[in-house]
Amino acid sequence: MPLSLLIVQMLNGLQFGLILFLIAAGLTLVFGVMDFINLAHGVLYMVGAYFAATFIALTDNFLLGLLIALPLALAFGILLEVLVFRKLYERDHLDQVLATFGVIITLNEGAKIIWGASPISIAVPEALSGSVEIMGGIGYPVYRLVIIAAGLLVGLLLYVLVSHTRVGMLVRAGASNAPMVSALGVNIKLLFTFVFGFGAMLAGFAGAMVAPILAVEPGMGDNVLILAFVVIVIGGIGSIRGAFIAALLIGLVDTLGRTLAPFLLMAVLDPAAASQTGRALAPMLIYLLMAATLFIRPAGLFPARR
Amino acid sequence: MTDTTGTTSTGRPVTPPRIRRLAVPVALFAVLAITPWLATFGTESFVLSLVTRAMVLALAAMSLDLLIGYGGLVSFGHAAFLGIGAYAVGIASAHGVDDVFVQFGLAAAAAALFALVTGAISLRTRGVYFIMITLAFGQMLYFLATSLAAYGGDDGMTLAGRSRVFGVGLLEDDRVFYFAVLAILLGFYLLCRTLVASRFGRVLRGARDNAVRMQAIGFQPYRFQLVLYVIAGVIAATAGILLANTSEYVSPASMSWQRSGDLIFMVVLGGAGSLHGAIIGAVVFLLLEEILAGYTEHWHVIFGPLLILSVLYLRGGLTPLLERFAR
Amino acid sequence: MSAAPLLRLDHLKKSYGALAVTDDVTLDVRAGELHAVIGPNGAGKTTLVHQISGLASPDSGRILFDGDDVTGLTMAERVHRGIARSFQITSVLPAFSALENVALAVQARSGTSFRFLGSAAREADLNTPALAILGRFDLAGRADVPAGLLSYGEKRQLELAIALATEPRLLLLDEPLAGTSHEESARVIETLRGLKGRYGILLIEHDMDAVFALADRISVLVYGRVIATGTAAEIRANPEVRAAYLGEEAA
Repeated sequence: MPLSLLIVQMLNGLQFGLILFLIAAGLTLVFGVMDFINLAHGVLYMVGAYFAATFIALTDNFLLGLLIALPLALAFGILLEVLVFRKLYERDHLDQVLATFGVIITLNEGAKIIWGASPISIAVPEALSGSVEIMGGIGYPVYRLVIIAAGLLVGLLLYVLVSHTRVGMLVRAGASNAPMVSALGVNIKLLFTFVFGFGAMLAGFAGAMVAPILAVEPGMGDNVLILAFVVIVIGGIGSIRGAFIAALLIGLVDTLGRTLAPFLLMAVLDPAAASQTGRALAPMLIYLLMAATLFIRPAGLFPARR
Repeated sequence: MTDTTGTTSTGRPVTPPRIRRLAVPVALFAVLAITPWLATFGTESFVLSLVTRAMVLALAAMSLDLLIGYGGLVSFGHAAFLGIGAYAVGIASAHGVDDVFVQFGLAAAAAALFALVTGAISLRTRGVYFIMITLAFGQMLYFLATSLAAYGGDDGMTLAGRSRVFGVGLLEDDRVFYFAVLAILLGFYLLCRTLVASRFGRVLRGARDNAVRMQAIGFQPYRFQLVLYVIAGVIAATAGILLANTSEYVSPASMSWQRSGDLIFMVVLGGAGSLHGAIIGAVVFLLLEEILAGYTEHWHVIFGPLLILSVLYLRGGLTPLLERFAR
Repeated sequence: MSAAPLLRLDHLKKSYGALAVTDDVTLDVRAGELHAVIGPNGAGKTTLVHQISGLASPDSGRILFDGDDVTGLTMAERVHRGIARSFQITSVLPAFSALENVALAVQARSGTSFRFLGSAAREADLNTPALAILGRFDLAGRADVPAGLLSYGEKRQLELAIALATEPRLLLLDEPLAGTSHEESARVIETLRGLKGRYGILLIEHDMDAVFALADRISVLVYGRVIATGTAAEIRANPEVRAAYLGEEAA
C-alpha cells in the first residue's frame, strides 16, 4: 500500500470528519441545551447544499452564491424552529422524533418537487480547482484542503466562542443544566433560538461547502445525520470537544477502513473475495467503534451532563 | 381488583370497564376476519393484498409497541428485524430451503442473536442515546444487506414462490395466506396480552414508569428489558418472514430507517401501550398511504405534515378516541 | 450491644468537583436502633442515603452491612441483602394501584419474575401479604386506588409500606415527615414508633420533636461532616451542635 495513497486517504478522512463535525456541533448543542432530538438537522445540511448550488449557478460566482445561500439557510432554519420545533421543546423524545421525522419526509419530497430527483452537480470554483503536490508527485485537490482549513477554522472559532465568551458560558451552563440557567434569570428562549440558529448555520455551511464535491440530491442529509448521531453518542451529548474528537475519529476510521479493509483481508482471502468482504464490512467499522465506546462509557467520552 | 394492563402514551392510567376494553380488539379482529368476504364486492386481490400487508406490518408494529408502550424503550431500529426475517426467507430459498418452519427457525435465531448483542449494548444507555444507538445499529444492518451482492444488493431479489408448509405450496393461494397471517397476528396478540399482564410484564411496566423505584424494591430493569428486546425482535422477524412472502420480494428497503420511523408512527398513531392500537395504526397508515399515493407521486409532501400535525395535536393516538365510541 | 453493628459507614467521602458533599463520614447503626441524622439543608444527608442505598457511589470509603462490604453492590442487590429506603420526594408508581405497588415489592422476593404467562395482578400469594402490609398502614381500604390519586399523606404511608414489603433489616428513611400535615405526621410518627426495635432505622429528619421522641441516637451532619453523635440529651447539650444547627431555643 503506497504511502502517498495512505496520506491522500488520511486527508480525505480528515475532510470528511470535519464536515461531520460541523453538522454534529449544532446537533449536540441543541440536544445538550434544549434536550431536543432534532432528526431534521440533516435537512438543514441538504438545504444549505441546494441553496448554494442554486445561487452559485444563478450568479455564476462561487463566493457570491455562498454568501447569499448561507443567510438564507439560516433564515430557513429559524423558520422551521418557529413553525414546528418550538412547539416540541416541552414534549417527550418520542414525539420529537416523530415530528422531526415528519419534517424530513416533507422536506426531502419538497426538494424532489422543486429541484427534481436527479442529483445536481456544480463545479468547483476555478480559483480552487487545482491540485497541490503533497508528496512525491501525488496531487491533492486544493478545494478539499480549503474545506479542511475552513473546518479547522470553525472548530477554533467554536472553541473560543464556547470557552472564552459569556454567551459560550451560558451555552455550556445550559448544556449542563438548562432549568437552572433559566432560574438564574437568563432569557432561555433567546438562548435556545441562538443555539438553534447557530447550529443550523453550521449545518448549512457544511452543506454549501460540500456541494461542489458531492452529489446534491434529496435525502443527502439522512445518512450524514445518522453518522452525526454516532459522533454525538461517542463524543458525549452537549460537548463540542467530544464532537470534534469523535467526528475526526469517525471520519478517519470510516475512510481508512474502506481503503485498508480489502487490503488487510487479502492476507487471508483471494483478491476478489477480499475486495467484496472488505466493502461489506468497512461500513460496519464505525458502528463497532460506537458499540465499543458505549460499552466502556455509556454516556460517551465527554458528556456535558452527569 | 383493578387490572391495569397499560397506560396511554400520556401516562394516564387506563382502567376502563372490561367491556369497553375488549370492544375495540374484538371489533378489530372481526373486521379483519370478514374482509375477504367483503372484498369480493370489489377488486378482491387488491384489497386482500393490501390488508395482508397491513396485518404483517401490524405484527411488527405490535412488537414495537411492546418496547415503546410497555417497556418505555423507543427503538428507532426495529425495521432491522423485519429485514432479518425477510432475508432469512430470501437467503434460505436461494439455497433451496423453502420450508417455512426451517426459515422461521433461522430467522428467530438470527433475530435473537442480533437483539441480544445490540440490546446488551443499547440498553446500557437511556433516553436520547438509546434512540440514536438503535438507529445506528439498524442502519448498520441495512448497509450489510445492501452489500450482499449475491442476494440482490441494493435492488433486492424476487422469490420463486411463497414458503412451503411441509413441502406443500399451501400459502400460494392468497386467501389461505390471508387467513394464515390473520391467525398468526391473533395468536401473537393473545401471547403479547398475557405477556404484559404477567410478572415479567409488570416489572417492565413498573420500570417504564419509575426505574429507580423498581431498583429500590430489588429489580434490575436491564435484564428484563433485554429479554423483552429479544422477544420483540423475534416477533418482528416473524413479520419479516410474512412480509417476504406477501410480495414474494426481499429488499433492503424493508429495513431502512425510514421504515423504522414508519413503525414508530404506526404505534403512536394507534395509541402506544395498547397492543391493538399498533394494529389499528398500521391499518390506518397503509390506507392513508394508498389513498394519498393515488393522488400524486409526491404524496410524502402531504403525508409529512399530516404526521407532524398528528403528533402535535392527536395525543394518545386513535385508540382512546375509539374507546370513547365503544359505549 | 457488643455485636457488630448492622450498618457501618467507614470514612465515606464524596465530592462533586470542589464541593465535598460527604466529608469523611464514619457512623454506625445497631440492629433494632433508630439512629437519626439531622443537620441544616445542604449538609449532604440525602446524598448520604443515596450512597448507602446504592443510588450513588462514594469516591472512597466503605459501607459495611452486617459485616459484609456492600460498597460495590447495585441498589437492587442491596435490597435483597436487607437494605430498604424511602424517598424524600415521594416515588411510587402512580399508574398502579396501592396494592400493586406493594405486591411488586413482594414479587421481588417471591421466586423468579421471569414468568411470562398468567396474570400477576391476580396472584393470591402476592396480593395476600401485600394487603396485610397495607392493613398495617391503614391503607387496606385504599388498596384498589391508583397510587397517583392517593392523598399526600397516604402516599407517604405507601412509601413506608413498600419499603417494609421488601422484608428489610435496615430502613433508610429520608424525611418521611416532609410536607405532611399535623395529623399525617402524628400518624407517621406512630408508625415509626411501632417499627422501633424490629428494624435498624437510619432516619433523616428536620422535625426536631419527632427526632427527639423517636431516636435512640442522633448524629449531626454539617457540610458533609459528622460533628457529633450521641443520645438526645447529649446532642441537645452539645455546644457545637447548638451553634451550628439547634440554636438556643430547642434546648
